[in-house]
Amino acid sequence: MKDFGFTVQLDHSIDYDAKDKRMMRYVLYHEPSLDWCIGCGSCTATCSAGQFTLFNIRMAHTLLRRGETEKLKQELKKCMFCGKCQLTCPRGVNLRNVLLRINRAIELFG
Amino acid sequence: MINFNFFVLPFTLGLIYVFLAVGKSWYRWIAALPAIDKVKLTNGLKHPGKIAAALREIFLESLIHRKMWKQNPLLGYMHMSFALGWFLLIILGNIESRYYSGTHLNAPYYPIFLKFFIHDKLVLFFEVYSVPFLFRFFMDFLLIFILSGLVLAFLKRKQSKWFGMKKTTSHHFTDRVAITTLWLIFPMRLLAESYTAGYYGNGGGFMTQPLGNFLVSLTPLPSDFVAYTMWWCYSLVLGIFFVMLPYSRYMHIPTEILLIFFRHCGIQPKKWYSSFSETEVQSCSRCGVCLDDCPMIAAGIQDSQAVYFISGVRDRYVPEEISQKCLVCGRCQEVCPVGISTDSLRLIKRREITSGQASDFRYLTNGHSGKGDVVYFSGCMTHLTPTIILAMKGILTRAGIDFIHLDADGSVCCGRPLMIAGKDRQANELIEFNKTLIRQTQARMLVTSCPICYRVFREEYNLPIRIQHHSQFLLNLIKTGKIPLQGHFSKVAYHDPCDLGRGTKTYEAPRELIGKVADLVNVREEREKAHCCGGSLGMFEASNSQRNLMTKAALDILVENQPETIATSCPLCKKTLGRHASMAVKDIAELVYEAIPRE
Repeated sequence: MKDFGFTVQLDHSIDYDAKDKRMMRYVLYHEPSLDWCIGCGSCTATCSAGQFTLFNIRMAHTLLRRGETEKLKQELKKCMFCGKCQLTCPRGVNLRNVLLRINRAIELFG
Repeated sequence: MINFNFFVLPFTLGLIYVFLAVGKSWYRWIAALPAIDKVKLTNGLKHPGKIAAALREIFLESLIHRKMWKQNPLLGYMHMSFALGWFLLIILGNIESRYYSGTHLNAPYYPIFLKFFIHDKLVLFFEVYSVPFLFRFFMDFLLIFILSGLVLAFLKRKQSKWFGMKKTTSHHFTDRVAITTLWLIFPMRLLAESYTAGYYGNGGGFMTQPLGNFLVSLTPLPSDFVAYTMWWCYSLVLGIFFVMLPYSRYMHIPTEILLIFFRHCGIQPKKWYSSFSETEVQSCSRCGVCLDDCPMIAAGIQDSQAVYFISGVRDRYVPEEISQKCLVCGRCQEVCPVGISTDSLRLIKRREITSGQASDFRYLTNGHSGKGDVVYFSGCMTHLTPTIILAMKGILTRAGIDFIHLDADGSVCCGRPLMIAGKDRQANELIEFNKTLIRQTQARMLVTSCPICYRVFREEYNLPIRIQHHSQFLLNLIKTGKIPLQGHFSKVAYHDPCDLGRGTKTYEAPRELIGKVADLVNVREEREKAHCCGGSLGMFEASNSQRNLMTKAALDILVENQPETIATSCPLCKKTLGRHASMAVKDIAELVYEAIPRE
């Protein structure tokens, strides 16, 4: 390809009508408390894995909502399951179960 | 002379069936044992001491029901009257039948229905100490003994509180059939023997004879016909009970015997579902003792306790929610009369659910860890309670110990949170990583502030160095005079963390340590009986409000004797209890640190 001195960004737009909502529905059905999330980011700030790599629970949540299964799969592998996120959550979201259920959803629908 | 009547058939066929069914199960379980356990079993069976110990336990637990007695005397008596009473009735009945038949080879039904076949002559006044009289006396006595247990069993349905139980288990259809027939067996025997004694005017004991005379005088029907019908009923209920036994909770009777032998031969629960697990599952009598002691009851969770979980495993269907809805605090294991390792069964099930989930910890690169005599691993949870880290560092510095804080810049998890979710394989990656880090420090001792880490360090890490929880380490420092103590707290209640207490049986060290810096007040349910704080990492399916209810229930017990401070030795307990307590909740490291005079 000819070098024009600039690159073309990949399309990041999400087609909400085409996305796979099964995982999100599965997780929300089994752990409805995820709906209480206000996106404050406490979980991400305290995350054990986040100390070593770019792991971000808030982002995982967003990926789940957007139905970006592939990215979510790669993200979730980094979780050490220590449970600090759940203890700091000001909304009392049952985060360890959310993570467990996303993993189950990946097995079922991924 | 052949003593036979067609009514013995239901009993005899039932007996043959139950022997075949139980024998088949025993054979299947022993054959399916892992090779190493088979070796243990054969070696154990060559060892007379082990067999004697197993037989002693079978006598104490399966017949006397010692643990049930400890739980509640009335409950113990009820179980003993059925088990020991029936056992002695069989033994004495057999001896009695040998006395009459004069042969060693009796048909199996003969002792059971002896009074139908033998109508001994009336015992005269001067013959009261004759052999037949003694037999009748003791057989009647044993029957009363069992019937008294039956009366208690009826009462237990109505007034379970008298038996120390708030809740009783709800049962399956097969269990209901089995319990109905079991309850009918002994009244039927009483009626059959009484009518026969009354009809023939002799052959009964001190209870059956007068009762028989009375019943015959009441009954308008020909009493030999009534007696014969009763014998039929007696045989039928016995037969039905025997046929239902392998499919009901009464399978625990033959299985527990095998389980006790397994245990005495040194066979232990595995990480996967082995036939040892199967014997444990089948040994569960569904008595429901685990229900009242479960901390989840405080949160209104009543469907996933050990008894229901095990019942699900037995029926080969456990909903995922039930497996995950448990604190894995180990309290049910402490009270279980059969000693079933409920936690390990739960984790086996969780492994089946989650072990396939992928993980990738390649981002962990071996960092630099310095060198020191003692390596201090605070743990993830302790990072959320920085006062504990501050206290520990202060104490260690004050004591002049050459230590290194391994996870000063954030912990790599010890692996237990993954294991408690059933992801052992994934946890091993973290364990290997941490092991390398610890090895690099060349320390001779590992101290941790977190009981969760402490337990997994001891159970899974196989480290060649000493591992101590900070309660043990600090106690040692005080005993050797490395740290001076000045201050003194008054009235401290100690909360046993599950993983430190029931998990590693460390009950004394924290108490002794608190004794050095404070006055310890008693807590009603402590040590093995301590309540989980509700924050357990083992729980997945409880909502935040349910957890709060569990925490409040644990706090209510802790504050009964009006302590001024609640002490614990687990950062997770501190954080959980601290949210709801009206007084200060402190880790024992903080207590010690505050008691050190400032320089």
